[in-house]
Amino acid sequence: MLACVATFALEGVASHEVTVEVDVRRGLAAFTLVGLPDRAVRESRERVRAAVLNCGLEFPQKRITVNLAPAHVRKAGPGFDLAIAVGLLGATEQVPGEALGRYALYGELSLSGAIKPVRGVLAVALGARRAGFSDLLVPEQNAGEAALVEGIEVRGVSTLDRLADLLHGRWSPGPALPKVPEAPDERSEDIDMADVHGQEDAKRALSIAAAGGHNALMIGPPGAGKTMLARRLPGILPAPSFEEALEVTQVHSAAGLGNGSLATRRPFRAPHHTISAQGLVGGGNRPQPGEITLAHRGVLFLDELPEFSRAAVDALRQPLEEGRVEIMRGQRTLEFPANAIVIAACNRCPCARPAENCSCTQLDASRYRRRLSGPLLDRIDLVCQVDQVPHIELVGDGSGERATSAEVRAGVARARELQRRRLDRTGALCNGDMDGRLTRAMVPLVAAPTARMLAARERLDLSGRGHDRVLRVARTIADLAGHGEVEAVDLDEALSYRLDGLDLVAA
Amino acid sequence: MSPDRKRFACDACLRRAALIARLAPRIVALLDRPRPRLHGLLALEEGELLAAVAGDRAEALRSELRRFDAGAERERLACAGVAGICRHDPDFPALLLDLDDPPAMLFVRGRLETLDRLREEPAVAIVGTRSPTPYVTEVAYSLGRGLGAARVPVVSGLALGIDATAHRGCLDGRGLAVAVLPGGPDVVYPRRHRALYERVRENGVVLSELPPGARPYRWSFPARNRIMAGLARMTVVVEATDPSGSLITTDFARDLGRSVAAVPGRVTSRFARGTNGLLKDGAVPITGTEDVLDELFGAGARRSPRAAGQPPEPSDPVLARVLEAVERSGSVAMIAEAAALSTAEARAAIARLEAGGYLVRRGLEGWERALGAPILPGP
Repeated sequence: MLACVATFALEGVASHEVTVEVDVRRGLAAFTLVGLPDRAVRESRERVRAAVLNCGLEFPQKRITVNLAPAHVRKAGPGFDLAIAVGLLGATEQVPGEALGRYALYGELSLSGAIKPVRGVLAVALGARRAGFSDLLVPEQNAGEAALVEGIEVRGVSTLDRLADLLHGRWSPGPALPKVPEAPDERSEDIDMADVHGQEDAKRALSIAAAGGHNALMIGPPGAGKTMLARRLPGILPAPSFEEALEVTQVHSAAGLGNGSLATRRPFRAPHHTISAQGLVGGGNRPQPGEITLAHRGVLFLDELPEFSRAAVDALRQPLEEGRVEIMRGQRTLEFPANAIVIAACNRCPCARPAENCSCTQLDASRYRRRLSGPLLDRIDLVCQVDQVPHIELVGDGSGERATSAEVRAGVARARELQRRRLDRTGALCNGDMDGRLTRAMVPLVAAPTARMLAARERLDLSGRGHDRVLRVARTIADLAGHGEVEAVDLDEALSYRLDGLDLVAA
Repeated sequence: MSPDRKRFACDACLRRAALIARLAPRIVALLDRPRPRLHGLLALEEGELLAAVAGDRAEALRSELRRFDAGAERERLACAGVAGICRHDPDFPALLLDLDDPPAMLFVRGRLETLDRLREEPAVAIVGTRSPTPYVTEVAYSLGRGLGAARVPVVSGLALGIDATAHRGCLDGRGLAVAVLPGGPDVVYPRRHRALYERVRENGVVLSELPPGARPYRWSFPARNRIMAGLARMTVVVEATDPSGSLITTDFARDLGRSVAAVPGRVTSRFARGTNGLLKDGAVPITGTEDVLDELFGAGARRSPRAAGQPPEPSDPVLARVLEAVERSGSVAMIAEAAALSTAEARAAIARLEAGGYLVRRGLEGWERALGAPILPGP
């Protein structure tokens, strides 16, 4: 007797359909699993056997062959348990075979027959909807997450025997409700821009970065508050749209992060500088998303940028240019989303002391700066300073007139709205996404700023790429100020954030 | 003198240069530390030189010298695009003859007609450390540029750090740059200065006492320093610790009775120990191009075009306030506070000042007031 059950294999942060075919016939009792299973999948034979028996169901003493189709794709992880068990029950007519067609199943079994939560359920639900399934059965704890996908009925099931009841029609739970945090507008009050004393320059630069989606570099001594500032960037970015939130949730679900509810906050990732290239952009034998993907739609913070390995920083080239990571595995290419704002930080010089006490020679300094160069710097639009704040400012009452994250966010949202309208149908969402050609088309300069720009290019050794970056930032500054055209003062400010000419007088 | 005038290199001088090149690997061992001087080695006659240096190879070299073919050597120079000028040539820089051990030959690449200027105008050697602090880099650049613009030839050694910066400044000021190399005139040392070498060759001269193809040796650096000191009326040390190659150059300059000058450094800094030591010993303190020009030509006799126009204070009061604030602190936040502006406004003002040449970007550290107004592009 043959039964077919649909399940999904997680691949990167997406999923593809896998048909579990179970054939049970007379012969020497055996349980064979084919279709390129990895260890965890192969071990599912033992879990399925125990779970079926412990639920009071029958495990046939027959020759059982399970095939995971398509047979040429490697299968990994414990998520196939449920489909194999249900296929077995169908093939032995313990559940009605005709009911199985409309369901997709995904879940891990425990020996007791309980269905355990798994990673990546959101990706599975998206895959199931795309494949045209009307019903999805998942572990009960994952049901709220899977239900975030509209257009497919998700039911959560806690044990294998309950599942059998459901397939028999003896039990019909209502469809699961999407798990959305109760108060999505409740931003974390604990980290607010208003907590940061001083640092007006960095705050301004970060609000420009947020408004235009620009990558930024913060320069300042250790302990001045670079991390504290970067941590507050997600809070001044506009709240993610539902689609963006779904993307974030999908990534985090596939990586086993998050709590299974819709992500209403933008992610903030701050990997340590010892991270490998693979850790940063993803990869591995079974490709896992890297930090840049985990920061998708949020902020990736690279503290002590010169300390990162060259390979790791260079690997960021593709994600920064294209907003996605491609990983080659054999004949297949996996794609991870990777659209994050990168905030990097470094010291002024290797000794990290204030300028007055600096003991670095130019050779030290230029060596340090050389470590900074590379593809990442080409994508950094803004450089700002973070200074040691005098103690007197730190002990103030703190109420002051410092802008809160919500206030900054409102300005950012207005600027973003202007950009969305201007960039409609160009493929870019914000100024930071514009390439050189689009920048020049979208940021025409009127007379006064043109003269400024010419003077600047003459004197400041501005490269072509640097020119585009200045234009992009100037456009964002103008958006923040509500200027229709880029004005001279916007351009001036943008010029001062530029990164070009760092080595102008270097030996 | 026309550029195509036949230059005169006598057989004896050519032969002597060839001999020194042959002996070059053996001279190394005869140096002492910490300030390797050549102790008149290069002043010796051929026979004495062979006896002092050649050791067991003396006889072989002697017979090689006897067979020396000056014609073939001249052809080789012509092929390499190098002009050979011997000390008997009227083009040979007369100042070099003050040395006890003037080079027999100068091998020169570049614009030969500028050698005239080297004789007519007093040249200044700018030397200093290979790993300067950012502050003195700016000083070296500004000195090179100011002197270049004042038509004072700037002599240096194409080395890393101060040397290269002085060359760049001089070239940017459209001045006459003279690079004295430790190896042959076609051997770029350090190699990473290839582009700078080409710039100097196109706009000035590159010269050496060693024939083309000779690699630099440890002894040839101090030997090169004596040529720099000899060519210049004045040697300016921008930053040097002690001991340092720059101090070797000033020793030569002193022995020749030429002026020695130094840029004052921080008294606590070990990087400035050499220059501050020179000042204590009576070197001329240099705080800008004018100090050099005053020392060379007498007070106020010649001005650098840039110095003539110290940048007028910006007329915009906001810019003036910001400029003043920048001189006190490189931090945007503090500049903004001092000028009573928002950081955004302060940054806009800084960019305008930078574009106007009042400020220069100081690496990752913010901005500094530029030393003097930039030179307008010349004819």
